[in-house]
Amino acid sequence: MSDLSIADYCVIACSDSWRDCGEVMISPFGSVPGLGARIAKSTHSPDIVLTDGEAALSFGIKPINARSDELVREAYVPYKSIFSVVWSGRRQIMMMASQVDQFGNQNISAIGPREKPKAQLVGVRGAPGNSLNHPTSYWVPDHNSRSFVAAVDVVCGVGNDRARSAGVGATRFHDLRVVVSNLGVFDFSGPDGSMKVLSLHPGVTIDQVRDATAFPLAGIDGEIAETRAPSEDEYALMETLDPKGLRHKELPQQ
Amino acid sequence: MSKETTLSDLVSEIESGMTIGIGGWGSRRKPMAVVRALCNSDVRDLTLVSYGGPDVGLLVKAGIVKKVICGFVTLDSIALDPLWRQARQQGAVELMEIDEGMFFLGLQAAAWRMPFLPTRAGLGSSVLENTPAFKTVANPYNDGPFAIPGDVGAEFVAVPAINLDVAVVHVNIADENGNGMILGPDPFFDEQFLGAAQRRLVTAEKIVPAGTLADHGPLERATIHRLLTDKVAATPNGAHFTSNPPDYNRDEVFQKMYTTAAKEEASWNLFVQQFLTGDETSYQQAVSEWRKAQ
Repeated sequence: MSDLSIADYCVIACSDSWRDCGEVMISPFGSVPGLGARIAKSTHSPDIVLTDGEAALSFGIKPINARSDELVREAYVPYKSIFSVVWSGRRQIMMMASQVDQFGNQNISAIGPREKPKAQLVGVRGAPGNSLNHPTSYWVPDHNSRSFVAAVDVVCGVGNDRARSAGVGATRFHDLRVVVSNLGVFDFSGPDGSMKVLSLHPGVTIDQVRDATAFPLAGIDGEIAETRAPSEDEYALMETLDPKGLRHKELPQQ
Repeated sequence: MSKETTLSDLVSEIESGMTIGIGGWGSRRKPMAVVRALCNSDVRDLTLVSYGGPDVGLLVKAGIVKKVICGFVTLDSIALDPLWRQARQQGAVELMEIDEGMFFLGLQAAAWRMPFLPTRAGLGSSVLENTPAFKTVANPYNDGPFAIPGDVGAEFVAVPAINLDVAVVHVNIADENGNGMILGPDPFFDEQFLGAAQRRLVTAEKIVPAGTLADHGPLERATIHRLLTDKVAATPNGAHFTSNPPDYNRDEVFQKMYTTAAKEEASWNLFVQQFLTGDETSYQQAVSEWRKAQ
């Protein structure tokens, strides 16, 4: 336990974001959230429901690098049923974000001008509908002023300001929870639902975070908490459920 | 009446300027034989509607696509398709981007002959402002017995019907009558694609005599019934290099080669020379020879 990595702290921050979520589908994108969801299910939130990444609910808790044929499937949930789960609200998601702004608007579609982007990314996917229908969090492995931006180029996941403007149809089930990055953990309890620092990972300074963020963050005055370390049990689970250390590879290499 | 025909006759249904829906999802169970045939055809100015995979990259690169309607383009095990990225980054193709769920509702609206279906998905996102023709609809139940307090005064997205000229899907087994069986884990939205289209085309790994489809798998997997289809053609290995279990998994080595070749014009031309200049038979032969050489 003496040589904890930043990735280990990020995994625990993800896990803690699902504390007491009950019997809901957790859809984690990336190795760090994927491992966090398995730690949460193994410890404080055993009713979490995970999928096999294809068309079924996955029974039990398998390592994040488990092969498809090692999984046990407990129910059939093709994509069409996933929309029913999303729109029922019995799901929480942690998506990645190529860009995220002060109010939690998220971009995974494209960087640059719409007709001729500088970088075409995957697309809006289900982010608009996800963010309006159930709790949504973001995982940003590389926190810098190009990922934490003043304004995102394409609004995929909907932020608090834009949801408010769209009215009660948008806000009724809109619920942004946290952003976990390689520098710290943030929520949206700042003024007008803006991003606020909850904790910084060990060794990270507030100046470092300020320099890496292109908008003003709330909660940076006074004492800032340190992200909690995994317990010995949690760390042991991490090693079991991520035997190849995939979580470490997701962060920028020092 | 038999709906069985040849691949070339089936592809001849697709004409320049049409809006064409392509079944499957990402790099999974895509009707690639039809995609390859289109790349070598004279049709132009297509509008593609797809849960996008290599079908989108290949057709766009072939220069026969005017516009793409999609929520994403991905190769699953490889996040991004280089051909699609290049085309977009050169401004070579128009994109109407919609949420995955809006996409499903748009096809479903067309299949149910409704002008729109409502949803929250899209509100507040760039999807609405990037396509100004999208409209919202006011909740009509703000009072009376059907009012829901949390939704009083709400506006919702009215997802317009996505009407298709042609839809094409690939299944594991079909019969001569045009019934189709999907034996892989997910039927995706193939039923909605076919329902939304004027002309409905099915390709299959193999075609069996009418009335015998149930001998080949659980009847509840025969979700592509013949009221949804007009023509069916056998295209063995026709979803290659996308996955089509249980017949075959994704050809990951080939897909990797495709993305590597796609990065440079010179290597892409070699790839086209090796695989994409002939008909489907010569493609399958080239793949088989390539595999032997591995």
